[in-house]
Formats: sequence, C-alpha cells, structure tokens
Amino acid sequence: MSDITKQSLSELIKNIKDKKLSSTEVTKAFVERSEKSKELNAYVTEDFSAAIDKAKKFDENPNLDLKLPGIPMAVKDLFCTKNVKTTAGSKILNNFTPTYESTVTQNIWNEGAILLGKLNCDEFAMGSSNETSFFGCVQNPIDKDLVPGGSSGGSSSAVAAQLTPITIGTDTGGSIRQPASFTGIVGLKPTYGSCSRYGIVAFASSLDQAGPMAQNVRDCALLHEVISSYDEKDSTSIDFKRNNYVKELTNNIKGKKIGIPKEYRVDGMPKEIEDLWKKGIDYVKDCGAEIIDISLPHTNYALPTYYIVAPAEASSNLARYDGVKYGFRADGENLIDMYEKTRSEGFGAEVQRRIMIGTYVLSSGYYDAYYLKAQKVRKLIKNDFDEAYKKVDAILTPSTPSSAFKIGEKTNDPVSMYLNDIFTVPVNLAGLPGISIPAGHDAKGYPLGLQIIGKAFDEQNLLNIAYAMEEKINFKNKITDWWIK
Amino acid sequence: MSIDLKTIKHISKLSRISVDEKKAEKLAGDLNSIFEFIEKLNELKTDNVQPLTSVAETTLKLRDDEVKSKNLREQIIKNSPQENEDYFVVPKVIE
Repeated sequence: MSDITKQSLSELIKNIKDKKLSSTEVTKAFVERSEKSKELNAYVTEDFSAAIDKAKKFDENPNLDLKLPGIPMAVKDLFCTKNVKTTAGSKILNNFTPTYESTVTQNIWNEGAILLGKLNCDEFAMGSSNETSFFGCVQNPIDKDLVPGGSSGGSSSAVAAQLTPITIGTDTGGSIRQPASFTGIVGLKPTYGSCSRYGIVAFASSLDQAGPMAQNVRDCALLHEVISSYDEKDSTSIDFKRNNYVKELTNNIKGKKIGIPKEYRVDGMPKEIEDLWKKGIDYVKDCGAEIIDISLPHTNYALPTYYIVAPAEASSNLARYDGVKYGFRADGENLIDMYEKTRSEGFGAEVQRRIMIGTYVLSSGYYDAYYLKAQKVRKLIKNDFDEAYKKVDAILTPSTPSSAFKIGEKTNDPVSMYLNDIFTVPVNLAGLPGISIPAGHDAKGYPLGLQIIGKAFDEQNLLNIAYAMEEKINFKNKITDWWIK
Repeated sequence: MSIDLKTIKHISKLSRISVDEKKAEKLAGDLNSIFEFIEKLNELKTDNVQPLTSVAETTLKLRDDEVKSKNLREQIIKNSPQENEDYFVVPKVIE
C-alpha cells in the first residue's frame, strides 16, 4: 500500500485490526515520508529506528484490543519523554533527557502507540508562528515560507503533511487551535483540568492544557479519549466522569443552541473571515441547530489580560532554569554571574521579553496595578461566558483573524504577533474547551478555521457539533508536496 | 507610563538575565509598546470584583503524607551540568 500516510488514524487502526497492514508497514511509511520531508523542519528529535524496532515487537504479539494498536506518532517537544531528549524548543534544554514520562504521553503509549519523534515548537510554547524556536522556523506544507502557526507549529505541519497520522500539542492562548487553523487540520483545546499537566514543560500553569491535533474530528475524539484522565500527580487535574467520546460521537445536533458573539466582529476583520463565519452559521442552521446572538462584553480586554497573566506565571515557572540542576550552563565569575549569563545565553529573545514583563508586573509596587487588576478582569471574562451559557450550548467564532502569514512578516512587532490569538485567548482565560475545524480557503488558497467554544467539561457536545459541521463543510486540504524533490 | 533604561536594568536584575546597553534599549522599546497595549485594562472599573485565581472551582485534594518515590538520587543528578559525589556543583559562594 503506497498510500499508507494518506490514511486517517481511524482507517489505519481498522487496517491494523483487520490485519491488512502491520504496525511495521505503517511505521516505516511514516518514517520514510518524514525522512523525505526534512525541509519542513517539523522534527527536533527523530526516533525513527527505535520506532521501527518497537513496531516489529508489536507485530510479534499484537494486542489489537488497544485503542491505538501499533500506531506511530510524533509529539510536541514540550512533553517529557523518558530517555528521549526534550527541549521545549529552547537552547537551555538542548541537553535535557528526562528520566520520566509525562502522563499524557504515557496514556498514549499504554494504548499501543509508538513514538516517532519530537516535534518543533516555539520556545517554551511562547509564540504564534514557530519562529521563536531555537531549532529554527517550521515550514507550513500549504506553501513555501509560510508559518505553520504556533506554538504547536511542528505538530500542525507534521499532521497536515502526513508525517504522523495524529499528534498532541499544548494550548496556553491558542497554541493548538491557531496552528490547526493555519494548516487545515482539527485541533482541540480541552477544558482546564481534563488532561494532566504532569511532565509537560510549564509555561503558564493556570492556562496550559494538552490536546489532540488530527486530520478529522473522529480521530481527534479518539485521541482525546486516550489522553484525558484524572491524575493525582497534577493538583489541578479534575476528577470528573469522562465520556466515551468516539462511541458517543453523533452528527445529530438538532435543537442545539449556538451563540454568535457580536464582539468577535473586530475592527479590520478581513471580509473573507467575515464570510467564512457567515458560512459557518449557515452550516449549523443546516444541521438543525438554532442561532442565538449573544454578547461577551469583555472580549476586547482578553489579550491585555493574557499578556499580564501568562508572562507572570512564566516568569515564575522559568525561574527554575538556573544552570544548576539541569539544562545549559554558561561559565560565570561567581554564582550570580553564572545565573545571569546562563539565562541570557540560554533563553531566546521572546522568552526573555516575557520573563521581563512577568517580573515587572509581579514586582513590588506594580503587583496591584497589573497582576491583581488582570485577575479581576479575568473574572469578568469568565462571568461573560457563564452568562452566555445560560442561553446557549456552544459558541461559534472564527479561529483566527487572518490566514497564515509569511515567515518574518510579524517578527519585529510583538503586539501584531499577539493579535493573532484574539479569538482563542478568552477560552484559556475562562478554562473552557475549544476546537478549531478547517472550514474554507482564502483567496490565496490558504486554509481558514472556525472555532467552537463549549461549556466546561462538555467536550462531547463540542465534538458532536464539530462532527456535524465537518460533514457539511467537506473541506479538502490543498497540499502539493512542494518540499519533496 | 514609560519604562526607562533604569527600570529595564532593575527588572533584568530581578529576572537574573544579564542585559547590555543595546539589548536594554531594544527591550525598553518592546516593553513600552506592550504596556501601552496592556493599559487598556484601566478603562474598566474593578473595585468590587473578586480576582480569579483558578478556573477550576474545586478544592485541592488531600492525600496521606507518605513517601512514594524512593531512591531517585541518580535520576535527579543525571542531567546536572556539573556534579561531584552526588552533589550539584556551583561556582564558589563562600570565601
């Protein structure tokens, strides 16, 4: 079968279960395509020969009852993988090999999947274009010199280019949904507390969530079912009854109430985004759902709030990188000099910028004016959603204010880069689940996504709405394999 | 409000990130444009709003105070840039 990498996760699983394909055949196909796709720079670390060995071992005694039987999978390099280098896209962790496994990846391996390698990302997940990675930017398979989004840019590129059948990313302000939208794939950011944060390199702990990125909604539901679990190793993990997300997946969303927030009609929104949103509204109406206009009055304050809360938490989380216990160390004349040089040489410009912002807003004399203020506005933003959910079951918005942009286009203006996350950030601030599904193309043929935001712990409903819409949209990604010579 | 070079030097000290003159100037420019954007929050009156500290409205679980991980010395020291006899080594701090 020459078209193995073109198959969806669900098809691959079926073929492995029906013994039409072996894990070795599937793994070799993805390894081969990944080898031919180095120009995309999607991988930081390849673990290909170990993957093929594991696949052969799986085939010797295959357990076909598992949910991901012998499925190869590359993951974002923010997840700690035992004995496989984990860099978080940073020079400061370039020599770090974890001695333990993140809960989310452990859940995946427990269901029979096989690690292909670690995928590129913005440094410590701080970025919207993958350009802040120490390991260089990633190419979007849609077009040359186009960003794949960020921070899970290696992940979005690898799924869209079919280097891995599925992957996981992390989302602090849009880092799963925005890259999914830029590359024409599906990305789910689960409810805060749904997936364990244990073993994920921390960025902003009150916002970080891991989630699946896939070619379609069903595959996304399946991986979510595997990774979502209660974990006592993460004190913010929530013990709630999880659904059988695939089994309960249905395209029947008749009578569901979908909210359209007027504040998301931002100034200067391109007409093609506006049109896409209107088309999305028509699709959900076609599915029998009811459209209700709603208001989320504090939407405009979400980004400024995020750019206080996230850097504040980051400055605290990243204090651990001091050149003593692990990671890069620079020589210094004394201990303080060593700390300062290590952090100055080990962190890239964007990470240093955010540590400085965070340190400033938490510093004596400024805490009340910035950090406390932001926490109060965060409450108002969450209240907006609580109010809206008294009237609706879910909310429909565009995923991003534009399609993917060119590499280098926004690197000199941090604020214009931050504006990319305008529709995704409120979801993290309120701890809600959100999914981006591909919904159309702009004039250049670049994909555009729509976002559905759900109630907390209501991933099933969210997936069902996405599933029903996906069927109506019938999106086809336009990928020409331009990078393969 | 404007963040001057003196403030940048102060924050860099608190952050333990060394910053030379050129980098300080660049950072001052960037931070000023970011804070200009953040100042938008001052439009809102929040005197009577409770700050949100966690989106998950659950109380933290308690567990018995038992040792679960043992003999991790080798694992903990494994990634250290410099070690000696199971200790992390740092530049001399006592004269």
